[in-house]
Amino acid sequence: MRYLPKSDAERAAMLREIGASSIDDLFTAIPEEYRLTRDLNVPRQMGESEIIDYFKSAAAKNANGYASFLGAGAYRHYRPVVIDALVQRGEFLTSYTPYQAEITQGTLQAIFEFQTMICELTGMDIANASMYDGSTGAAEAVMMAVRVTGRDNVLVAKTVHPEYREVMHTYAQHQGHEAKEVAYGQDGHVDLAALEQAVTEETACVLVQSPNFFGLIEDIPAIAEIAHKKGALLIVSIAEAVSLGIVRPPAEADIVSMEAQSFGVALSYGGPYCGVLGAKEKYLRQMPGRLVGETKDTEGRRGFVLTLSTREQHIRREKATSNICTNQALVALMVTIFMTVYGKQGVRELAVQNLAKAKYAADTLAAQGKVLFAGTPRFHEFVLQTDEDPEQLNARLLEKKIIGGLDLRKWYPELGNATLWCATELTTKEQIDAAAGVLAEAPVAASAR
Amino acid sequence: MAYPEKYKYTREHEWVEVNGKIGTVGITDYAQNSLGDIVFVDAPKVGTKVEKGAVFGSVESVKAVSDLYSPVTGTVTEVNEELNSSPEKINSDAHGAWIIKVELSDSGEVESLLSAADYEKFIAEETGK
Repeated sequence: MRYLPKSDAERAAMLREIGASSIDDLFTAIPEEYRLTRDLNVPRQMGESEIIDYFKSAAAKNANGYASFLGAGAYRHYRPVVIDALVQRGEFLTSYTPYQAEITQGTLQAIFEFQTMICELTGMDIANASMYDGSTGAAEAVMMAVRVTGRDNVLVAKTVHPEYREVMHTYAQHQGHEAKEVAYGQDGHVDLAALEQAVTEETACVLVQSPNFFGLIEDIPAIAEIAHKKGALLIVSIAEAVSLGIVRPPAEADIVSMEAQSFGVALSYGGPYCGVLGAKEKYLRQMPGRLVGETKDTEGRRGFVLTLSTREQHIRREKATSNICTNQALVALMVTIFMTVYGKQGVRELAVQNLAKAKYAADTLAAQGKVLFAGTPRFHEFVLQTDEDPEQLNARLLEKKIIGGLDLRKWYPELGNATLWCATELTTKEQIDAAAGVLAEAPVAASAR
Repeated sequence: MAYPEKYKYTREHEWVEVNGKIGTVGITDYAQNSLGDIVFVDAPKVGTKVEKGAVFGSVESVKAVSDLYSPVTGTVTEVNEELNSSPEKINSDAHGAWIIKVELSDSGEVESLLSAADYEKFIAEETGK
Protein backbone atom coordinates (compact mmCIF):
# COMPACT_ATOMS: atom_id res chain seq x y z
CA MET A 1 0.00 0.00 0.00
CA ARG A 2 1.36 3.41 -0.95
CA TYR A 3 1.19 6.58 1.07
CA LEU A 4 -0.70 9.11 -1.03
CA PRO A 5 -0.53 12.67 0.29
CA LYS A 6 -3.42 15.04 -0.41
CA SER A 7 -3.09 18.49 -1.92
CA ASP A 8 -5.04 21.52 -0.68
CA ALA A 9 -7.11 21.41 -3.85
CA GLU A 10 -8.04 17.77 -3.24
CA ARG A 11 -8.95 18.54 0.37
CA ALA A 12 -11.18 21.41 -0.78
CA ALA A 13 -12.84 19.16 -3.38
CA MET A 14 -13.56 16.48 -0.79
CA LEU A 15 -14.99 19.00 1.66
CA ARG A 16 -17.18 20.49 -1.10
CA GLU A 17 -18.43 17.01 -1.99
CA ILE A 18 -19.63 16.28 1.53
CA GLY A 19 -20.92 19.81 2.09
CA ALA A 20 -18.44 20.92 4.75
CA SER A 21 -16.65 24.23 4.57
CA SER A 22 -13.62 23.29 6.69
CA ILE A 23 -12.00 20.33 8.45
CA ASP A 24 -13.25 21.76 11.76
CA ASP A 25 -16.81 21.36 10.47
CA LEU A 26 -16.29 17.59 10.64
CA PHE A 27 -15.97 17.76 14.41
CA THR A 28 -19.16 19.71 15.15
CA ALA A 29 -20.83 16.49 16.38
CA ILE A 30 -18.46 16.63 19.38
CA PRO A 31 -19.72 19.16 21.97
CA GLU A 32 -17.52 22.26 22.08
CA GLU A 33 -16.39 21.69 25.67
CA TYR A 34 -14.84 18.30 24.76
CA ARG A 35 -12.89 19.61 21.81
CA LEU A 36 -9.19 20.33 22.08
CA THR A 37 -8.66 23.97 21.28
CA ARG A 38 -4.88 24.00 21.24
CA ASP A 39 -2.38 22.18 19.04
CA LEU A 40 -1.22 18.73 20.13
CA ASN A 41 1.93 18.82 22.21
CA VAL A 42 4.11 16.88 19.76
CA PRO A 43 7.40 18.00 18.24
CA ARG A 44 7.16 19.85 14.94
CA GLN A 45 7.96 17.93 11.76
CA MET A 46 11.63 17.54 10.84
CA GLY A 47 13.40 17.71 7.53
CA GLU A 48 15.12 14.62 6.18
CA SER A 49 18.61 15.74 7.19
CA GLU A 50 17.38 16.62 10.69
CA ILE A 51 15.80 13.18 11.07
CA ILE A 52 19.00 11.48 10.01
CA ASP A 53 20.97 13.56 12.54
CA TYR A 54 18.44 12.70 15.23
CA PHE A 55 18.74 8.96 14.67
CA LYS A 56 22.53 9.09 14.33
CA SER A 57 22.85 10.77 17.70
CA ALA A 58 20.39 8.30 19.25
CA ALA A 59 22.34 5.38 17.76
CA ALA A 60 25.56 6.81 19.16
CA LYS A 61 24.15 6.18 22.64
CA ASN A 62 24.27 2.42 22.02
CA ALA A 63 26.84 0.60 24.10
CA ASN A 64 28.99 -0.44 21.18
CA GLY A 65 32.18 -2.30 21.86
CA TYR A 66 30.94 -3.96 25.06
CA ALA A 67 31.12 -7.68 25.72
CA SER A 68 27.83 -8.98 27.12
CA PHE A 69 27.20 -12.06 29.21
CA LEU A 70 23.49 -11.42 29.57
CA GLY A 71 20.98 -14.04 28.49
CA ALA A 72 17.93 -14.95 30.57
CA GLY A 73 15.41 -15.00 27.75
CA ALA A 74 16.99 -12.49 25.35
CA TYR A 75 19.95 -13.90 23.48
CA ARG A 76 22.65 -12.36 21.36
CA HIS A 77 23.11 -14.38 18.19
CA TYR A 78 24.34 -13.58 14.72
CA ARG A 79 21.63 -12.36 12.32
CA PRO A 80 22.39 -13.15 8.67
CA VAL A 81 22.00 -9.97 6.56
CA VAL A 82 19.58 -11.71 4.22
CA ILE A 83 16.93 -11.47 6.95
CA ASP A 84 16.62 -7.70 6.91
CA ALA A 85 17.02 -7.56 3.14
CA LEU A 86 14.01 -9.83 2.68
CA VAL A 87 11.69 -8.60 5.43
CA GLN A 88 12.08 -5.04 4.19
CA ARG A 89 10.49 -5.93 0.87
CA GLY A 90 7.26 -3.95 0.60
CA GLU A 91 5.19 -7.08 -0.07
CA PHE A 92 6.03 -8.28 3.45
CA LEU A 93 6.72 -5.05 5.31
CA THR A 94 3.55 -3.13 4.51
CA SER A 95 1.02 -5.90 3.95
CA TYR A 96 -2.08 -6.07 6.08
CA THR A 97 -3.25 -9.15 7.96
CA PRO A 98 -3.92 -11.91 5.37
CA TYR A 99 -7.70 -12.15 5.60
CA GLN A 100 -8.06 -12.08 1.83
CA ALA A 101 -6.35 -15.23 0.63
CA GLU A 102 -6.56 -14.26 -3.06
CA ILE A 103 -4.08 -11.42 -2.60
CA THR A 104 -1.90 -12.70 0.25
CA GLN A 105 -0.53 -16.04 -0.88
CA GLY A 106 3.06 -14.97 -0.18
CA THR A 107 2.40 -14.00 3.43
CA LEU A 108 0.26 -17.10 3.99
CA GLN A 109 2.89 -19.41 2.51
CA ALA A 110 5.60 -17.87 4.70
CA ILE A 111 3.46 -18.46 7.80
CA PHE A 112 2.66 -22.00 6.68
CA GLU A 113 6.38 -22.74 6.33
CA PHE A 114 7.01 -21.20 9.75
CA GLN A 115 4.38 -23.52 11.27
CA THR A 116 5.86 -26.54 9.49
CA MET A 117 9.43 -25.86 10.61
CA ILE A 118 8.30 -25.18 14.19
CA CYS A 119 6.57 -28.58 14.26
CA GLU A 120 9.72 -30.32 13.02
CA LEU A 121 11.81 -28.50 15.59
CA THR A 122 9.59 -28.96 18.64
CA GLY A 123 8.22 -32.44 17.94
CA MET A 124 4.63 -31.19 18.04
CA ASP A 125 1.93 -32.11 15.49
CA ILE A 126 0.63 -28.59 14.99
CA ALA A 127 1.87 -25.03 15.51
CA ASN A 128 0.05 -21.75 15.13
CA ALA A 129 1.09 -18.66 13.18
CA SER A 130 2.94 -17.31 16.29
CA MET A 131 2.17 -15.52 19.56
CA TYR A 132 3.45 -12.18 20.86
CA ASP A 133 6.43 -13.64 22.73
CA GLY A 134 7.60 -16.48 24.93
CA SER A 135 5.82 -15.18 28.01
CA THR A 136 2.38 -14.68 26.48
CA GLY A 137 2.84 -17.98 24.67
CA ALA A 138 3.29 -19.71 28.03
CA ALA A 139 0.29 -17.90 29.52
CA GLU A 140 -1.88 -18.81 26.53
CA ALA A 141 -0.71 -22.42 26.76
CA VAL A 142 -1.89 -22.51 30.37
CA MET A 143 -5.32 -21.15 29.42
CA MET A 144 -5.48 -23.70 26.61
CA ALA A 145 -4.77 -26.54 29.07
CA VAL A 146 -7.55 -25.24 31.32
CA ARG A 147 -9.99 -25.37 28.40
CA VAL A 148 -8.88 -28.85 27.36
CA THR A 149 -9.06 -30.42 30.81
CA GLY A 150 -11.92 -28.45 32.33
CA ARG A 151 -9.77 -28.14 35.46
CA ASP A 152 -8.40 -24.88 36.78
CA ASN A 153 -5.47 -25.61 39.06
CA VAL A 154 -2.14 -24.82 37.49
CA LEU A 155 1.35 -25.87 38.63
CA VAL A 156 4.35 -23.83 37.55
CA ALA A 157 7.96 -24.72 38.20
CA LYS A 158 9.95 -22.02 39.99
CA THR A 159 12.63 -22.60 37.37
CA VAL A 160 10.40 -21.09 34.66
CA HIS A 161 11.58 -17.60 33.64
CA PRO A 162 10.37 -15.30 36.47
CA GLU A 163 8.91 -12.81 34.00
CA TYR A 164 7.04 -15.55 32.13
CA ARG A 165 5.57 -16.60 35.49
CA GLU A 166 4.58 -13.01 36.17
CA VAL A 167 2.78 -12.71 32.83
CA MET A 168 1.11 -16.07 33.42
CA HIS A 169 -0.11 -14.95 36.86
CA THR A 170 -1.46 -11.72 35.38
CA TYR A 171 -3.54 -13.72 32.89
CA ALA A 172 -4.55 -16.34 35.46
CA GLN A 173 -5.85 -13.96 38.10
CA HIS A 174 -8.56 -12.71 35.75
CA GLN A 175 -9.48 -16.21 34.60
CA GLY A 176 -10.00 -17.52 38.11
CA HIS A 177 -7.22 -20.11 37.84
CA GLU A 178 -5.25 -21.04 40.86
CA ALA A 179 -1.53 -21.15 40.05
CA LYS A 180 0.92 -22.74 42.49
CA GLU A 181 4.67 -22.84 42.17
CA VAL A 182 6.79 -25.96 42.50
CA ALA A 183 10.24 -25.64 44.06
CA TYR A 184 13.53 -26.78 42.56
CA GLY A 185 15.83 -29.33 44.11
CA GLN A 186 19.53 -29.40 44.96
CA ASP A 187 20.39 -30.10 41.33
CA GLY A 188 18.48 -27.05 40.04
CA HIS A 189 15.82 -29.22 38.40
CA VAL A 190 12.13 -29.18 39.23
CA ASP A 191 11.84 -31.15 42.46
CA LEU A 192 10.14 -34.29 41.14
CA ALA A 193 9.03 -35.50 44.58
CA ALA A 194 7.44 -32.14 45.33
CA LEU A 195 5.82 -32.15 41.91
CA GLU A 196 4.43 -35.63 42.39
CA GLN A 197 2.87 -34.48 45.64
CA ALA A 198 1.44 -31.31 44.14
CA VAL A 199 -0.22 -32.86 41.07
CA THR A 200 -3.79 -33.93 41.77
CA GLU A 201 -6.90 -34.89 39.82
CA GLU A 202 -7.71 -31.16 39.83
CA THR A 203 -4.48 -30.14 38.10
CA ALA A 204 -5.02 -28.78 34.61
CA CYS A 205 -1.37 -28.58 33.70
CA VAL A 206 2.24 -28.54 34.76
CA LEU A 207 4.31 -25.75 33.22
CA VAL A 208 8.07 -26.22 33.11
CA GLN A 209 10.87 -24.65 31.13
CA SER A 210 13.80 -26.45 29.50
CA PRO A 211 16.54 -25.37 29.40
CA ASN A 212 15.21 -23.84 32.60
CA PHE A 213 15.98 -20.34 33.90
CA PHE A 214 19.30 -21.59 35.31
CA GLY A 215 20.20 -22.99 31.87
CA LEU A 216 19.63 -26.61 32.95
CA ILE A 217 17.95 -29.32 30.88
CA GLU A 218 14.88 -30.66 32.69
CA ASP A 219 13.97 -34.35 32.71
CA ILE A 220 10.91 -33.97 30.45
CA PRO A 221 9.93 -37.68 30.20
CA ALA A 222 9.86 -37.99 34.01
CA ILE A 223 7.84 -34.80 34.43
CA ALA A 224 5.43 -35.91 31.68
CA GLU A 225 4.84 -39.20 33.44
CA ILE A 226 3.97 -37.47 36.72
CA ALA A 227 1.58 -35.03 35.03
CA HIS A 228 -0.09 -37.58 32.76
CA LYS A 229 -0.67 -40.06 35.59
CA LYS A 230 -3.22 -37.60 37.01
CA GLY A 231 -4.64 -36.54 33.66
CA ALA A 232 -2.87 -33.18 33.70
CA LEU A 233 -1.27 -31.76 30.57
CA LEU A 234 2.43 -30.97 30.34
CA ILE A 235 3.44 -27.60 28.93
CA VAL A 236 7.09 -27.12 28.10
CA SER A 237 8.28 -23.55 27.69
CA ILE A 238 11.51 -22.94 25.79
CA ALA A 239 13.19 -19.55 26.13
CA GLU A 240 16.18 -20.39 23.94
CA ALA A 241 15.21 -21.78 20.54
CA VAL A 242 18.84 -22.54 19.63
CA SER A 243 18.90 -25.21 22.34
CA LEU A 244 16.71 -27.40 20.08
CA GLY A 245 19.73 -27.84 17.83
CA ILE A 246 21.16 -30.23 20.38
CA VAL A 247 18.60 -30.87 23.14
CA ARG A 248 16.02 -33.58 22.47
CA PRO A 249 12.68 -31.94 21.55
CA PRO A 250 10.04 -32.18 24.30
CA ALA A 251 7.94 -34.70 22.39
CA GLU A 252 6.22 -35.92 25.58
CA ALA A 253 4.70 -32.47 26.10
CA ASP A 254 1.09 -31.78 25.21
CA ILE A 255 1.79 -28.13 24.46
CA VAL A 256 5.09 -26.40 23.71
CA SER A 257 5.48 -22.63 23.96
CA MET A 258 8.69 -21.01 22.87
CA GLU A 259 10.44 -17.69 22.45
CA ALA A 260 11.97 -17.68 18.97
CA GLN A 261 13.94 -14.43 19.31
CA SER A 262 17.25 -16.29 19.00
CA PHE A 263 16.35 -17.20 15.42
CA GLY A 264 17.25 -13.98 13.67
CA VAL A 265 15.38 -11.43 15.75
CA ALA A 266 17.36 -8.46 17.07
CA LEU A 267 17.51 -7.91 20.84
CA SER A 268 15.85 -4.48 20.45
CA TYR A 269 15.48 -3.69 24.16
CA GLY A 270 13.22 -6.71 24.66
CA GLY A 271 10.83 -6.70 21.74
CA PRO A 272 9.04 -7.20 19.46
CA TYR A 273 9.88 -10.89 19.70
CA CYS A 274 8.13 -13.97 18.42
CA GLY A 275 6.23 -16.47 20.52
CA VAL A 276 5.60 -19.99 19.33
CA LEU A 277 2.80 -22.34 20.31
CA GLY A 278 2.71 -25.96 19.26
CA ALA A 279 0.55 -28.84 20.45
CA LYS A 280 -0.69 -32.35 19.89
CA GLU A 281 -3.22 -32.49 17.08
CA LYS A 282 -6.09 -33.57 19.33
CA TYR A 283 -5.97 -30.14 21.02
CA LEU A 284 -6.22 -28.26 17.73
CA ARG A 285 -9.58 -26.65 18.43
CA GLN A 286 -8.50 -25.27 21.78
CA MET A 287 -5.40 -23.63 20.36
CA PRO A 288 -5.29 -19.83 20.59
CA GLY A 289 -4.47 -17.62 17.65
CA ARG A 290 -4.51 -18.26 13.98
CA LEU A 291 -3.43 -21.10 11.78
CA VAL A 292 -2.61 -21.17 8.11
CA GLY A 293 -3.69 -24.30 6.28
CA GLU A 294 -2.82 -25.74 2.92
CA THR A 295 -5.63 -26.29 0.43
CA LYS A 296 -6.41 -26.49 -3.27
CA ASP A 297 -8.10 -23.83 -5.35
CA THR A 298 -10.94 -24.53 -7.80
CA GLU A 299 -8.40 -25.55 -10.42
CA GLY A 300 -6.62 -27.96 -8.11
CA ARG A 301 -3.58 -25.76 -7.48
CA ARG A 302 -1.86 -25.63 -4.11
CA GLY A 303 -2.87 -22.61 -2.05
CA PHE A 304 -2.95 -21.32 1.52
CA VAL A 305 -5.72 -19.89 3.71
CA LEU A 306 -6.33 -18.86 7.27
CA THR A 307 -8.16 -21.79 8.79
CA LEU A 308 -10.24 -22.51 11.90
CA SER A 309 -10.90 -18.77 12.20
CA THR A 310 -14.31 -19.55 13.66
CA ARG A 311 -12.66 -19.88 17.05
CA GLU A 312 -11.08 -16.47 16.79
CA GLN A 313 -12.20 -13.25 18.38
CA HIS A 314 -13.25 -11.41 15.23
CA ILE A 315 -15.87 -14.12 14.61
CA ARG A 316 -16.60 -15.73 17.97
CA ARG A 317 -16.44 -12.54 20.04
CA GLU A 318 -16.38 -13.13 23.81
CA LYS A 319 -16.49 -16.90 23.33
CA ALA A 320 -13.23 -16.97 21.36
CA THR A 321 -10.45 -19.25 22.59
CA SER A 322 -8.20 -16.23 23.10
CA ASN A 323 -8.09 -12.48 22.76
CA ILE A 324 -5.18 -12.78 20.34
CA CYS A 325 -6.49 -11.90 16.91
CA THR A 326 -3.29 -11.60 14.94
CA ASN A 327 0.27 -12.83 15.05
CA GLN A 328 3.83 -11.55 14.82
CA ALA A 329 3.87 -12.01 11.06
CA LEU A 330 6.94 -9.96 10.22
CA VAL A 331 8.98 -11.18 13.18
CA ALA A 332 7.89 -14.76 12.47
CA LEU A 333 9.14 -14.19 8.93
CA MET A 334 12.58 -13.30 10.31
CA VAL A 335 12.50 -16.58 12.24
CA THR A 336 11.44 -18.47 9.12
CA ILE A 337 14.25 -16.98 7.06
CA PHE A 338 16.74 -17.76 9.82
CA MET A 339 15.62 -21.40 9.99
CA THR A 340 15.79 -21.66 6.20
CA VAL A 341 19.29 -20.14 6.02
CA TYR A 342 20.73 -22.25 8.83
CA GLY A 343 18.86 -25.47 8.07
CA LYS A 344 18.86 -28.54 10.26
CA GLN A 345 22.62 -29.01 10.18
CA GLY A 346 23.29 -25.29 10.71
CA VAL A 347 21.10 -25.02 13.79
CA ARG A 348 22.85 -28.08 15.19
CA GLU A 349 26.30 -26.63 14.59
CA LEU A 350 25.19 -23.33 16.08
CA ALA A 351 23.97 -25.12 19.20
CA VAL A 352 27.25 -27.01 19.51
CA GLN A 353 29.23 -23.76 19.29
CA ASN A 354 27.06 -22.18 22.00
CA LEU A 355 27.53 -25.19 24.21
CA ALA A 356 31.32 -25.12 23.75
CA LYS A 357 31.60 -21.39 24.49
CA ALA A 358 29.46 -21.74 27.60
CA LYS A 359 31.48 -24.68 28.83
CA TYR A 360 34.69 -22.71 28.45
CA ALA A 361 33.11 -19.72 30.21
CA ALA A 362 31.81 -21.85 33.10
CA ASP A 363 35.13 -23.67 33.50
CA THR A 364 37.08 -20.41 33.40
CA LEU A 365 34.83 -18.47 35.76
CA ALA A 366 34.55 -21.43 38.15
CA ALA A 367 38.06 -20.54 39.30
CA GLN A 368 36.73 -17.19 40.57
CA GLY A 369 33.54 -18.39 42.20
CA LYS A 370 31.26 -21.39 42.44
CA VAL A 371 29.20 -22.64 39.50
CA LEU A 372 25.95 -23.83 41.05
CA PHE A 373 24.19 -27.05 39.95
CA ALA A 374 27.52 -27.95 38.32
CA GLY A 375 26.74 -31.64 37.74
CA THR A 376 23.42 -31.02 35.98
CA PRO A 377 23.36 -31.04 32.17
CA ARG A 378 22.95 -27.52 30.84
CA PHE A 379 22.96 -25.55 27.61
CA HIS A 380 24.64 -22.14 27.35
CA GLU A 381 23.83 -20.48 30.70
CA PHE A 382 25.09 -21.10 34.21
CA VAL A 383 24.69 -19.66 37.68
CA LEU A 384 27.83 -18.29 39.29
CA GLN A 385 27.97 -17.68 43.01
CA THR A 386 30.57 -15.19 44.18
CA ASP A 387 31.79 -13.73 47.46
CA GLU A 388 31.47 -10.32 45.90
CA ASP A 389 28.16 -8.50 45.76
CA PRO A 390 26.80 -8.85 42.16
CA GLU A 391 26.12 -5.13 41.88
CA GLN A 392 29.68 -4.28 42.81
CA LEU A 393 31.05 -7.03 40.58
CA ASN A 394 29.04 -5.86 37.58
CA ALA A 395 30.12 -2.24 38.18
CA ARG A 396 33.76 -3.33 38.10
CA LEU A 397 33.15 -5.34 34.91
CA LEU A 398 31.40 -2.42 33.27
CA GLU A 399 34.51 -0.27 33.76
CA LYS A 400 36.26 -2.80 31.51
CA LYS A 401 33.43 -2.66 28.97
CA ILE A 402 32.03 -6.00 30.08
CA ILE A 403 28.37 -6.50 30.90
CA GLY A 404 28.38 -9.26 33.49
CA GLY A 405 25.80 -11.88 34.43
CA LEU A 406 22.26 -11.10 35.50
CA ASP A 407 21.86 -10.44 39.23
CA LEU A 408 19.54 -13.21 40.46
CA ARG A 409 18.91 -11.91 43.99
CA LYS A 410 15.65 -10.24 43.01
CA TRP A 411 14.05 -13.60 42.17
CA TYR A 412 16.20 -16.19 43.95
CA PRO A 413 17.54 -14.56 47.13
CA GLU A 414 18.19 -18.05 48.54
CA LEU A 415 21.09 -18.44 46.09
CA GLY A 416 23.04 -15.61 47.70
CA ASN A 417 25.38 -13.57 45.51
CA ALA A 418 24.32 -15.35 42.35
CA THR A 419 24.51 -14.16 38.75
CA LEU A 420 23.25 -15.88 35.60
CA TRP A 421 25.84 -15.93 32.80
CA CYS A 422 25.33 -16.71 29.16
CA ALA A 423 27.80 -17.34 26.35
CA THR A 424 26.76 -17.66 22.72
CA GLU A 425 28.63 -18.17 19.44
CA LEU A 426 29.30 -14.42 19.47
CA THR A 427 31.14 -14.54 22.79
CA THR A 428 34.88 -14.72 22.26
CA LYS A 429 37.52 -16.51 24.29
CA GLU A 430 39.22 -13.14 24.86
CA GLN A 431 36.02 -11.73 26.34
CA ILE A 432 35.64 -14.69 28.67
CA ASP A 433 39.27 -14.47 29.78
CA ALA A 434 38.92 -10.71 30.31
CA ALA A 435 35.84 -11.23 32.50
CA ALA A 436 37.65 -13.88 34.52
CA GLY A 437 40.51 -11.44 34.93
CA VAL A 438 38.22 -8.79 36.39
CA LEU A 439 36.65 -11.35 38.73
CA ALA A 440 40.09 -12.41 39.94
CA GLU A 441 40.82 -8.84 41.05
CA ALA A 442 37.91 -8.96 43.51
CA PRO A 443 38.58 -6.98 46.67
CA VAL A 444 38.96 -9.52 49.46
CA ALA A 445 35.67 -9.91 51.32
CA ALA A 446 35.66 -8.89 55.00
CA SER A 447 34.89 -12.45 56.10
CA ALA A 448 37.84 -13.89 54.19
CA ARG A 449 40.35 -11.32 55.38
CA MET B 1 -38.54 -30.02 5.91
CA ALA B 2 -41.04 -31.48 8.33
CA TYR B 3 -40.43 -31.16 12.03
CA PRO B 4 -41.32 -34.49 13.71
CA GLU B 5 -44.40 -34.21 15.93
CA LYS B 6 -42.92 -36.50 18.59
CA TYR B 7 -39.94 -34.19 19.18
CA LYS B 8 -39.88 -31.15 21.44
CA TYR B 9 -37.91 -28.04 20.46
CA THR B 10 -36.01 -25.14 22.02
CA ARG B 11 -35.80 -21.55 20.88
CA GLU B 12 -32.05 -22.16 20.49
CA HIS B 13 -32.87 -24.72 17.79
CA GLU B 14 -32.24 -28.04 19.51
CA TRP B 15 -34.66 -30.94 19.46
CA VAL B 16 -35.22 -33.70 22.02
CA GLU B 17 -37.02 -36.99 21.68
CA VAL B 18 -38.05 -38.60 24.95
CA ASN B 19 -38.23 -42.38 25.32
CA GLY B 20 -38.95 -43.30 28.92
CA LYS B 21 -36.07 -41.88 31.00
CA ILE B 22 -33.82 -41.17 28.00
CA GLY B 23 -33.84 -37.95 26.00
CA THR B 24 -32.11 -37.91 22.60
CA VAL B 25 -30.81 -34.49 21.60
CA GLY B 26 -29.87 -32.96 18.25
CA ILE B 27 -30.10 -29.70 16.34
CA THR B 28 -32.92 -28.77 13.99
CA ASP B 29 -32.91 -28.64 10.24
CA TYR B 30 -33.34 -24.88 10.49
CA ALA B 31 -30.14 -24.72 12.61
CA GLN B 32 -28.04 -26.83 10.25
CA ASN B 33 -29.26 -24.80 7.32
CA SER B 34 -28.30 -21.49 8.97
CA LEU B 35 -24.88 -22.81 10.00
CA GLY B 36 -23.89 -24.21 6.64
CA ASP B 37 -21.38 -27.05 6.22
CA ILE B 38 -20.70 -28.51 9.65
CA VAL B 39 -17.07 -29.53 10.16
CA PHE B 40 -16.85 -30.39 13.84
CA VAL B 41 -19.10 -31.33 16.74
CA ASP B 42 -17.79 -30.75 20.23
CA ALA B 43 -19.91 -33.00 22.46
CA PRO B 44 -19.48 -33.71 26.18
CA LYS B 45 -18.15 -37.01 27.52
CA VAL B 46 -20.43 -39.77 28.79
CA GLY B 47 -21.20 -39.10 32.45
CA THR B 48 -21.22 -35.31 32.10
CA LYS B 49 -24.12 -33.55 33.81
CA VAL B 50 -26.10 -31.25 31.58
CA GLU B 51 -28.64 -28.66 32.61
CA LYS B 52 -31.69 -27.37 30.79
CA GLY B 53 -30.84 -24.08 29.09
CA ALA B 54 -27.09 -24.40 29.73
CA VAL B 55 -24.34 -24.89 27.14
CA PHE B 56 -23.26 -28.53 26.70
CA GLY B 57 -21.07 -28.29 23.61
CA SER B 58 -20.72 -26.59 20.27
CA VAL B 59 -21.04 -27.18 16.55
CA GLU B 60 -18.56 -25.67 14.18
CA SER B 61 -19.36 -24.89 10.58
CA VAL B 62 -17.19 -23.22 8.01
CA LYS B 63 -18.87 -19.95 9.00
CA ALA B 64 -19.20 -20.04 12.76
CA VAL B 65 -18.98 -21.91 16.02
CA SER B 66 -22.35 -22.10 17.78
CA ASP B 67 -23.01 -23.22 21.30
CA LEU B 68 -25.37 -26.10 21.97
CA TYR B 69 -27.97 -25.55 24.70
CA SER B 70 -29.39 -28.55 26.46
CA PRO B 71 -33.19 -28.88 26.27
CA VAL B 72 -33.16 -31.13 29.35
CA THR B 73 -31.40 -31.70 32.68
CA GLY B 74 -29.65 -35.00 33.37
CA THR B 75 -26.56 -37.12 32.73
CA VAL B 76 -25.07 -37.94 29.33
CA THR B 77 -25.34 -41.71 28.72
CA GLU B 78 -24.25 -41.89 25.11
CA VAL B 79 -22.50 -39.71 22.54
CA ASN B 80 -22.92 -40.14 18.79
CA GLU B 81 -19.38 -41.16 17.86
CA GLU B 82 -20.27 -41.23 14.18
CA LEU B 83 -20.21 -37.42 14.18
CA ASN B 84 -16.47 -37.41 14.98
CA SER B 85 -15.68 -38.64 11.50
CA SER B 86 -18.86 -37.55 9.69
CA PRO B 87 -20.14 -34.29 11.20
CA GLU B 88 -21.81 -33.55 7.84
CA LYS B 89 -24.49 -36.13 8.80
CA ILE B 90 -26.14 -33.26 10.63
CA ASN B 91 -26.44 -31.35 7.37
CA SER B 92 -27.91 -34.29 5.49
CA ASP B 93 -30.22 -35.52 8.25
CA ALA B 94 -30.50 -33.10 11.14
CA HIS B 95 -33.44 -34.84 12.76
CA GLY B 96 -31.79 -38.26 12.58
CA ALA B 97 -28.19 -37.32 13.46
CA TRP B 98 -28.49 -37.07 17.22
CA ILE B 99 -25.63 -35.64 19.28
CA ILE B 100 -26.13 -36.94 22.82
CA LYS B 101 -28.49 -39.12 24.85
CA VAL B 102 -29.34 -37.95 28.33
CA GLU B 103 -30.82 -39.79 31.29
CA LEU B 104 -33.45 -37.30 32.42
CA SER B 105 -33.60 -36.11 36.01
CA ASP B 106 -37.14 -34.85 35.45
CA SER B 107 -39.09 -36.17 32.50
CA GLY B 108 -41.80 -33.56 33.10
CA GLU B 109 -39.30 -30.84 32.21
CA VAL B 110 -39.86 -31.22 28.46
CA GLU B 111 -43.47 -30.08 28.78
CA SER B 112 -42.36 -26.45 28.75
CA LEU B 113 -40.51 -26.89 25.41
CA LEU B 114 -42.04 -26.02 22.04
CA SER B 115 -44.16 -28.45 20.03
CA ALA B 116 -43.35 -28.96 16.35
CA ALA B 117 -46.11 -26.56 15.35
CA ASP B 118 -44.98 -23.90 17.84
CA TYR B 119 -41.37 -24.27 16.70
CA GLU B 120 -42.34 -23.85 13.05
CA LYS B 121 -44.28 -20.73 13.99
CA PHE B 122 -41.23 -19.51 15.95
CA ILE B 123 -38.81 -19.93 13.05
CA ALA B 124 -41.29 -18.34 10.66
CA GLU B 125 -41.17 -15.26 12.90
CA GLU B 126 -37.35 -15.45 13.13
CA THR B 127 -37.05 -15.63 9.36
CA GLY B 128 -39.63 -12.89 8.89
CA LYS B 129 -37.68 -10.47 11.07
